Amino acid sequence: MSALPAAATPAYSSSDSSDGLTKTVGVLALQGDFEAHAKMLRKIGAQAREVRVPADLGGLDALVIPGGESTVMTLGIEREGLAEPLRLLAASGTPILGTCAGMIMLDRDHLGVLDITTSRNAFGRQLRSFEADVELEGLHGGPVHAVFIRAPWVVEHGPRVEVLGCVDEHPVAIRQDRILAVAFHPELAGDTRLHELLLSINGDRD
Amino acid sequence: MSEDFTTPRDEATFTVKAGLAEMLKGGVIMDVVTSEQAKIAEDAGAAAVMALERVPADIRRDGGVARMSDPAMIQGIQEAVTIPVMAKARIGHFAEAQVLEALEVDYVDESEVLTPADEVNHIDKWAFKVPFVCGATNLGEALRRIGEGAAMIRSKGEAGTGDIVQAVRHLRVIRGEIRRLTALDDDELAAAAKDHQAPLELVRRVAADGRLPVVLFCAGGIATPADASLVMQLGAEGVFVGSGIFKSEDPERRARAIVEATTHYQDPARVAAASTGLGQAMLSLETSKLESEQLLAHRGW
Repeated sequence: MSALPAAATPAYSSSDSSDGLTKTVGVLALQGDFEAHAKMLRKIGAQAREVRVPADLGGLDALVIPGGESTVMTLGIEREGLAEPLRLLAASGTPILGTCAGMIMLDRDHLGVLDITTSRNAFGRQLRSFEADVELEGLHGGPVHAVFIRAPWVVEHGPRVEVLGCVDEHPVAIRQDRILAVAFHPELAGDTRLHELLLSINGDRD
Repeated sequence: MSEDFTTPRDEATFTVKAGLAEMLKGGVIMDVVTSEQAKIAEDAGAAAVMALERVPADIRRDGGVARMSDPAMIQGIQEAVTIPVMAKARIGHFAEAQVLEALEVDYVDESEVLTPADEVNHIDKWAFKVPFVCGATNLGEALRRIGEGAAMIRSKGEAGTGDIVQAVRHLRVIRGEIRRLTALDDDELAAAAKDHQAPLELVRRVAADGRLPVVLFCAGGIATPADASLVMQLGAEGVFVGSGIFKSEDPERRARAIVEATTHYQDPARVAAASTGLGQAMLSLETSKLESEQLLAHRGW
């Protein structure tokens, strides 16, 4: 609802955050609501860089994999040769936030960087999409107002995965080391706390 | 799933309706008439499919009354793919829309491509849980549809022709009218709302935000990867391709190419690569040679 028009100026101004304070956060921009994430990141003082090819991943402080259609993103990642560079980015300890389709992209069946299995469209078709307040472990300031659009949930997860929040007893927000994944869209509700958490991850688990 | 631990929630809010369109951004929504075509579209990277009985080029050729599709066909497509399934209802035909909602389609397109069922009234889209996308040729028309509850807007273009000129005109008009609104003083907005025949509240919001309050896609005449790049550069946030894919020589390849060009619309080298060796585009009609009564964009108001 609040993203910039597609033909607006690019979401980044340079490829390096040379002042050493501003963080540069990549947003996978193959398809989906990447502009809504870029807007959230700019709101909290980060630079957002749209990522479409492997060269766009250089020098990032963090990465967001947005919502969208997971089949389209899977094909795009394959077409652009992004799977291996994305796995390396995760292995190097770069913090990552995946929302909805982004959570699916990170699971065992896709990029395989999170030890989770997800169920796509788990809540049902669009008529079952909803908004709800969800308490998240470790996030202060009250529940997150979460927008679920044909959302997945986590069916099964390994021991390194912390479940941060549930809906109907199904995990919808998880963390594994430096990677956060949520089944909903904080970027549509205007709540910047998960993006702030992403930016704060760097270093705190070294 | 336990019934005893159900989290309280609100379904079918406008945020949820418009939210699905946000997820489709940067994507290609493809017209399909069979579950086989739907599968091809999904495998080629369609963000959603539009289930209909005949693609616009065939509706144009065959004539007669074009209606909502057979529910069996829509259900077959829903079973064949996991991406969102949209379907068309006639303008003003709220009973067709009720049927589509009962079938649990993900979006209803109240479409000028079908034969209008009401000469005065569009569907009251607030009365539905399913979200609606509607066509528009200018800002006032877009805002009237949003006022009626549409959660997504597309340019009308001229469906079934393979001629991009009308879609370009509609996009330029919508974007140009938005730009002009942003330059007005607050006390000029009521008169502007009257000129656009649009709700003042929505006019104020567009003037403040410099964009529509919902996602804007382009439809009606896209036949090539370069067409997709053109309309994305003109401010469309995604594209509908109707006859352009399954009326072309190599639908699967063309579908993949249009998906690629929509993602890389700002990179001419990628659009060039995507445009290479696709075979024949659809048989096209020059819209300026069509009679006024053959133009679908005049349907709706």
